[in-house]
Amino acid sequence: MHEMSLAEGLIQVVEEAAGARTVRTVRLEIGRLAAVELSALRFAFEVVRQGTVAQDAALDVVALPGQAWCMKCCQTVTVEARGDGCPRCGSHQLQVTGGDEMRVKELELA
Amino acid sequence: MCTTCGCGPGEVTVEGHAHDHDHGHHHAHGHAHGHAHDHGHEHDHDHDHEHGAHGDLHYGHGAAHSHAPGMSPPGRPKGESRSAQREGDPMSPPGRPKGESPSAQREGSPMSQEKMVAVERGILDKNDRFARANRRWLAERGVLALNFVSSPGSGKTSLLVETIRRLQGELPLAVIEGDQQTSNDAERIRATGARAIQINTGKGCHLDASMVEHALAHLAPADDSVLFIENVGNLVCPAAFDLGEAAKVVVLSVTEGEDKPLKYPDMFAAAQLMLLNKVDLLPYLDFDVAKAIDCARRVNPAIEVLQVSATRGQGMDGWLDWVRAAAGRARAERAARRAEAARKLALLEEHIATLR
Repeated sequence: MHEMSLAEGLIQVVEEAAGARTVRTVRLEIGRLAAVELSALRFAFEVVRQGTVAQDAALDVVALPGQAWCMKCCQTVTVEARGDGCPRCGSHQLQVTGGDEMRVKELELA
Repeated sequence: MCTTCGCGPGEVTVEGHAHDHDHGHHHAHGHAHGHAHDHGHEHDHDHDHEHGAHGDLHYGHGAAHSHAPGMSPPGRPKGESRSAQREGDPMSPPGRPKGESPSAQREGSPMSQEKMVAVERGILDKNDRFARANRRWLAERGVLALNFVSSPGSGKTSLLVETIRRLQGELPLAVIEGDQQTSNDAERIRATGARAIQINTGKGCHLDASMVEHALAHLAPADDSVLFIENVGNLVCPAAFDLGEAAKVVVLSVTEGEDKPLKYPDMFAAAQLMLLNKVDLLPYLDFDVAKAIDCARRVNPAIEVLQVSATRGQGMDGWLDWVRAAAGRARAERAARRAEAARKLALLEEHIATLR
């Protein structure tokens, strides 16, 4: 499972942004199409945050919808998962344009 | 959640029934990726890995903190079941875990503005930085790097061995091998006469860009050469980790199911080329080639497909031509970079001359 690697990456980003200040909340934006299992990430975060400025921080996740450009409809549509067809026309000629992000959006510091 | 096998209460269903798991196993987390040095190959050894013979890199021997999945995480009273913390929809906001300070914010309530720090950085930011540095390092030297991904047993190593046999003498080649343990694959590559370095990830399930950076420093691929990176056999995790390669090549063998691309969409979406391997076995199987290609195109309309048999030779000429063309592009990019650098240098010298 690589969520531990993701959590280690996450805590590095948090530590670099927070410096010496205590972190209350870490707000993440995670797309519906992102390659991450959320509860695994939460579990891993609880492990890696120990002994850091974020050791009591809550993890707040904002889900972003999956988005793709449909080459048939010529517009951006919402998709739930990779491999889904266009919700409008059913075509699989889709180019994912959003929803695969895993981003640290902001921190709330003490 | 069990970080050994990834299951947790309510998350895994078998035939529609949730299954629980007796967590009696312990395992150590070996992978320390704390590379504080800046990228530049005055490479300081922070020793989270060891070097074996041939410079092989072994991770998982560092200051591992042993982790027993049955133990409650700190802050939560022992004995409380993990299911008390689970959420229904993975995307729904968290309840407040026990033990957390009462001043922590719940989802939905506004955070105090003056205490907010915008970050806007990807979780994999550190890996991506290493990857970008690797990509630049490779481009400066005209090295074509390909990241081979697949499930275990698809024939990646055999394919590389055969590819090296056929390309040797024509193109300089080097290989980075990734496995949890053993140097077996690197030994097979070395037996062809090509240089190889083995990365053992220990408990890790994928190669990452910092591992590749170390390997590049030791392997030192020649200018205008081809570098094959054989990733850990795993159709899930490597998809998320950019190594700095020019392209991911996903190897699917005909002894697997045609719907693999639908089951593991992230990997097939991330790949530029799918090699359908072991086609010599098609007469003995019910494998539907057209369906496999269709499934791949559903998750990645732009994916290229080549059918090959590494052991019997079918399709290998087409595959080698693909490699040659990609290597040609890498060399051309290097030449363009050098020409651009020379042009800038000439401009600077001209400018300096006017200042005198």
